[in-house]
Amino acid sequence: MTSSEVLSAPHFMEFPYTRSTGPMVGAFLTGLRDRQVLGVRDSTGRVVVPPPEYDAATAEALPHDQLVPVGPEGVVTSWSWNAHVRPGQPFDRPFAWALVQLDGADTSLLHVLDAPPEQLSTGMRVRIRWADETTGFINDIACFEVVA
Amino acid sequence: MSEPVTGIVTPIRLDYRYTPGTSPSKFLRGMKEGRILGQRCASCSKVYVPPRGSCPMCGSAFSEEVEVADTGTLVTFAIVNVNFANRVIDLPYVSGEVLFDGSDTTSMVLVQGASVDEVRMGMRVKAHWVPKEQWDFTFANIDYVEPTGEPDAEYDDFKEFV
Amino acid sequence: MRDVAVVSYAQSATRRDETRNEVEMLLPVVAEAIKPTGLTTHDIGFTVSGSTDYLAGQAFAFVSALDAIGPWPPIQESHVEMDGAWALYEAWVRLQHGDIDTALVYAFGKSSPGDVGRVLSLQLDPYLVAPLWPDAVSLAALQARALLDSGISEKDLARVVARSRRNAVGNPHAQLSGAVDEASLLDEPMYADPLRKHDCPPISDGAAVVVLAAGDKARELCERPAWIRGIDHRIDVQSLGSRDLTTSASTRLAGQKAGVGDVDIAELHAPFSHQELIVADALGLDDSRTTINPSGGALASNPVMVAGLVRIGEAAKRISAGEGDRAVAHATSGPALQQNLVCVLEGDS
Repeated sequence: MTSSEVLSAPHFMEFPYTRSTGPMVGAFLTGLRDRQVLGVRDSTGRVVVPPPEYDAATAEALPHDQLVPVGPEGVVTSWSWNAHVRPGQPFDRPFAWALVQLDGADTSLLHVLDAPPEQLSTGMRVRIRWADETTGFINDIACFEVVA
Repeated sequence: MSEPVTGIVTPIRLDYRYTPGTSPSKFLRGMKEGRILGQRCASCSKVYVPPRGSCPMCGSAFSEEVEVADTGTLVTFAIVNVNFANRVIDLPYVSGEVLFDGSDTTSMVLVQGASVDEVRMGMRVKAHWVPKEQWDFTFANIDYVEPTGEPDAEYDDFKEFV
Repeated sequence: MRDVAVVSYAQSATRRDETRNEVEMLLPVVAEAIKPTGLTTHDIGFTVSGSTDYLAGQAFAFVSALDAIGPWPPIQESHVEMDGAWALYEAWVRLQHGDIDTALVYAFGKSSPGDVGRVLSLQLDPYLVAPLWPDAVSLAALQARALLDSGISEKDLARVVARSRRNAVGNPHAQLSGAVDEASLLDEPMYADPLRKHDCPPISDGAAVVVLAAGDKARELCERPAWIRGIDHRIDVQSLGSRDLTTSASTRLAGQKAGVGDVDIAELHAPFSHQELIVADALGLDDSRTTINPSGGALASNPVMVAGLVRIGEAAKRISAGEGDRAVAHATSGPALQQNLVCVLEGDS
């Protein structure tokens, strides 16, 4: 059968997902709602952001009630340019992804960076731009922006 | 102090351009023309309605297209007392497995024209098609089956399909 | 441990396939793989597949794909929502039980119906990452940037691409092949800075089948079986920002556990050019002594959920053909080389 004879039709899959966060992710998101990024100190003494529930090396539960504030500024540890925007992404025009190591953290957070491609460089300093209204969601951080 | 965050809503949606593939396309094109087209397995000769791409018992390709009749036998059925999702049909209704004449697989079809007390295994039925101008590439061109009034089929003739 | 070998392998052509559904794609590949063994699918002791329904958006596609096997009378089968390489791992484990001697592993996937980069966003942390919808290419690009920052140059990436395309000329199943000039690759515009389009894989639909057999059964079914001398898989920490993206600790550890050693041939599942460098380094490969990706690799043809199994098949095929005595095949899953499987294959001397 030729491709003109084979039928096709648009099709979509949609799920409304409501997710319970648990205490650690819940504490992190509560922090975001309060315009604060939180990390957790792991067994090696590193501050991990976002905070995981369990230690990567020892598998022990990490304390969700002893979280450490980090940021609001930090350093770009890697970046890439998103020229082909897709639905659901934080911007509707080309933008940068960035891994940002916030001041006080030993790991990087993945988010988006509002800066033109010619300004992007590993090591640049950036700061959080908070959303006008925060609800307890990852996009309470609207994006990162360049520290002049 | 407000309540800590305990849940989030994360809807997802993925869009596709779906193709049913070659065999099912032939079946759907047949439906658009008011024909039920099955395909025959090259190994066991069973006729599949609708065909999906290969015989699911032999793993063999199909050898030929076979048009099956739009009359058939009700081999089994369920009496449904609860509507679900978007379906709104007068309750109770009968959901039947119909073996169209010439096919070796049954199709699930709404049964109308017989009360829940009258409907029975072996009942002979005929497809009721929606108006021709509404025919599309879909099995839903047949909106239900209804009794033909013929004598019931013998159980031995359809028992392997139950 | 029982000795298990790859005794047969077949693959479909890989390209956007707008006319066939998954079953229609898989059917001829199953026939082609099983034919040289003289077996039928009903002789096989265990069948296992690797695929993901999300690729083409068809719930339970992995169940209807069994139509291509013809599972009647009822067979013993399994499925992993993973690349077929992990299905092969399960088949290898199953064969260790000793009660059956053959297994059939199949993998299939149609990336073309949807936006595969977006589909793969669903592999990510659903709380803090997936809601931003970072696509697979953007995440690979973050890793490429980190690698370039560490001293690897764009020329190194171009070399990988040129070699892949060149090698793919000899592969009838490859999608992208041909002689390309490395210097002119660098003149191409950025696609997802720092990745250019050719640093990324093509969109491929495809299927592959591998037949495994144990001990004497393998010798009966194949003249020169490709024995699995070691197989292992490991996963890195989930959070991208907690990993060193310039190295692959999971590949390194899997390679150590599988016992890579010196190999004539390496088939590495690197859908992005920079990833081949990371994986080759993690496996301790020296490309002056080892032929890397003679098939062209995933840059030439990347049927998602299949490309890892294809690496094992391609390596095994070359051993069986006498093109080498010892090979390593690698498969990856998840964003930026998150999870990796290493399989060491050897032919009898």
